[in-house]
Amino acid sequence: MWDAFGFEFVNFYLIPGIVLGCIYALGAIGITLTFGILRFANFAHGEVMMSSAYLTYTFMALASGLGFSIVPLVAAIPAAVLTIGLALLIDHFFYRPFRRSETIIIVMASFGMMLMVRALVPVIWGPNQITFVRGITPMKPYLDGMLLVQDKQWLIVIGTVVVMTLFSLLMNYTRIGKAMRAVSDSPDLARVTGINVETVIRATWIIGGFCAAVAGVFLAMNTQQLSVTMGFRMLLPMFAAAILGGIGRPVGAIVGGMVIGLAEELIAYPWQGAVMHLVWWFSELINATGMAEWAKALHKDLRGTPLLSPGYKAGVAFGIMVIMLIVRPAGLFKGRVF
Amino acid sequence: MTESRKVLELKDIYAGYGDTDVLHGINMHVCEDEVVVVIGPNGAGKSTAVKAVLGLLNIRRGDVVLNQETITDTPPESVINRRVSYVPQTHNVFVSLTVQENLEMGAWTYRDDMETRIDRMYEMFPDLAAKRRQAAGSLSGGQRQMVAMAKALMVEPKVLLLDEPTAGLSPLYRSNIFAAVQTIKDSGVPVLMVEQNAKQALGVADRAYVLVDGANRHTGTGQELREDKEVARMFLGARD
Repeated sequence: MWDAFGFEFVNFYLIPGIVLGCIYALGAIGITLTFGILRFANFAHGEVMMSSAYLTYTFMALASGLGFSIVPLVAAIPAAVLTIGLALLIDHFFYRPFRRSETIIIVMASFGMMLMVRALVPVIWGPNQITFVRGITPMKPYLDGMLLVQDKQWLIVIGTVVVMTLFSLLMNYTRIGKAMRAVSDSPDLARVTGINVETVIRATWIIGGFCAAVAGVFLAMNTQQLSVTMGFRMLLPMFAAAILGGIGRPVGAIVGGMVIGLAEELIAYPWQGAVMHLVWWFSELINATGMAEWAKALHKDLRGTPLLSPGYKAGVAFGIMVIMLIVRPAGLFKGRVF
Repeated sequence: MTESRKVLELKDIYAGYGDTDVLHGINMHVCEDEVVVVIGPNGAGKSTAVKAVLGLLNIRRGDVVLNQETITDTPPESVINRRVSYVPQTHNVFVSLTVQENLEMGAWTYRDDMETRIDRMYEMFPDLAAKRRQAAGSLSGGQRQMVAMAKALMVEPKVLLLDEPTAGLSPLYRSNIFAAVQTIKDSGVPVLMVEQNAKQALGVADRAYVLVDGANRHTGTGQELREDKEVARMFLGARD
């Protein structure tokens, strides 16, 4: 049984799904924080993620030029600082002037920002795809070879758990975290309570920018490629994750990210073949020879056929997002409905 | 009777929203150790007067004076930093935060000795102590109002502004709120309270103002206004 589904399912679908879910979850935190506290959909969030990946690559290349090599996670530290700076600068010059304007104006500003950053990247790094890390990362066997996991996958999952834990501690046990939740509840009440809303907004960009930076580096580590559209391609699944979890609910963004990541990977699993294998196995168990033969033949035909082509991955995220908006617009964790 | 020091004073205020004035030259003041109640029909400008103090709208003429300092048109953040606390009529607690976290947020501008002040709030509002870990959004309307008042008191305010604290509450909770207002006054915090439940509000008022169409109509002690025939007829349900 393990050979048939367990091995293939866990190693080639479930683990990559969890890894992708981690990246989406980290990205969705920034989106949901901005949505909850500043009340707008920040379309430039994916580009901030992308910038962090490119900056990390630059620091790695700089170190290499100086004659030593550094791993992506080390290069990501100065890159994350610069990414946070970029997020704060974007807010200061492009969003802050529209703070009291209609939401649509600031949404348009974020859309413009997205296009500007994306146009700037080819100017600095060139229009072609860049290899982030060369070579094939080997899959290491665990549990007597039943589990195959790449080092980078461990790193992404453990890194995400660490960031999420820190994030959760910050939101629940620190003064600024509680203030962020308070502003998310009601900015007007926060203002008349004396909470410095601008300080809270800056903290939002710092935390959102940090999560985006980590997500960008993890994405680059996972795909081993950098491209000018990598942020944009992440945008829809991240929004889907934020909406699925409930706008303004960071816990929801984490759960939403995992669900979207897993859904995107698991739709490409040959579920029909797996079901036929189960029927085949069960038929043999009850000595139903005819049915076993039929199920075996079907299993052979279907075992390589995915339920949906991997090309429809983006469609899955979009589908989940639309269904949630229609059926439960507040999301799984009762977020804000606009 | 010796009049104690004025903590807050509104002098000849003309103010409103946009170009339209809602207040047409109102005057009122709050002294140390007193509860001042503002009553009047809907649209009389009661809540607008409170918002004028907070700098939430433009004052076209007149002055707001806090402890001998003119704070007219001071931004709300600066007014709050001067320890003027305000409890809005609705949406006055952070619903996703616990009771304890709401109190901590109330102390944002004044953090010294916060734990002691939180304990004092639980002594003043014992019902909240048992619910300190509960989300404020899960509490009843009356309990939320208590949280809102306790949150506002966390900065040991120079004056507490309450905007219709009993609106939408059951008679039992209304009585609890008025009892709490009395307790707040006894703790040395002056209160300016806008109210619709005129009869009960005048019962706790040291002084009261009746506003009609954005102007002062009557002024007096709570007792005097309760006995005033016109006030009784207009707001207390008495017949001629």
